[in-house]
Amino acid sequence: MSDKAPAQESSKAKKRRESMNSIPHSAELGIEFVCRDDTSATLKIPYKKELIGNPLNGTVHGGVVLSLIDSACGRAVFIALKTPETIATLDLRVDYFKPAKPEQDLYCVAECYKLTRSVVFMRAVVYQDDIDDPIASSVSTFMRTSVQ
Amino acid sequence: MSDQTPSEQNPPEQVETIDFSTLFSNARQTGNYDAVNELIPYAHFLGIRLDHDEDGTPLFVLPFDPKNIGNTHLPAIHGGVIAGFLENAAIMHLLYAMESSTMPKPINCNIDYLRSGRPIETYAKCEVTKQGRRIANVSIKAWQDNPDKLIASARYHFKVTPEA
Repeated sequence: MSDKAPAQESSKAKKRRESMNSIPHSAELGIEFVCRDDTSATLKIPYKKELIGNPLNGTVHGGVVLSLIDSACGRAVFIALKTPETIATLDLRVDYFKPAKPEQDLYCVAECYKLTRSVVFMRAVVYQDDIDDPIASSVSTFMRTSVQ
Repeated sequence: MSDQTPSEQNPPEQVETIDFSTLFSNARQTGNYDAVNELIPYAHFLGIRLDHDEDGTPLFVLPFDPKNIGNTHLPAIHGGVIAGFLENAAIMHLLYAMESSTMPKPINCNIDYLRSGRPIETYAKCEVTKQGRRIANVSIKAWQDNPDKLIASARYHFKVTPEA
């Protein structure tokens, strides 16, 4: 699946992992960097009881799914931009297909599907065991605030 | 789909049944929302409180907490925290207004980020735009020190279970 971490962590990989911890709320949620390629980034949130949204069945809150999507999209925007820029989330749409299974980690893969001079268009998928049987799907737009 | 059986090893936060109508009608009558605020672990994790304004309309409060920061340069509250706050407000509002006898399940949402969330207290209010038999359409608005300057607004569809 998406856990392709090499046995020996490269300095680049270490830097990416540590950069997640530089975002206080991402660190608080326990968001981890999983992998990336030229256009996409994959992050995960390990299951924690604090993140439960439905006390009747132990599924995580939709807000946790939203935070994971926002974080993964933010990360993938930086991959798409190549050089660092200030960005701001304009909007985010999410379709929830099914509740996340309790006691299991959540993964989100986000990619840029269109980059313009002022806007970055993103899509993302959230899944647990199987990316082809996702929990949620999302489209979002980010504004490049440093571009006039 | 959504009616999963709870896993065999229930963590302590999980409970078998919740009488939402009693819980919320007690809160409405006594004005003590402690039990309601403790209901959802993630809402407790973010520090969300249910309150009400002068008219008795539910008002949701997200106190500032450094752990909710997403951008340390501005600084600004994490977009996921704002989204989670809005979604939770809508869920609680539906339960409070007795529009659902069990946890409303989100179907989809559209969130507009209008201004950055500064490191101060944030408020949210909901309006049930349409209440159907199975689906509720809720719009949510969030602001900080000035109610006329929204920092985010959202529209949600929820699957609800009408009161028996």
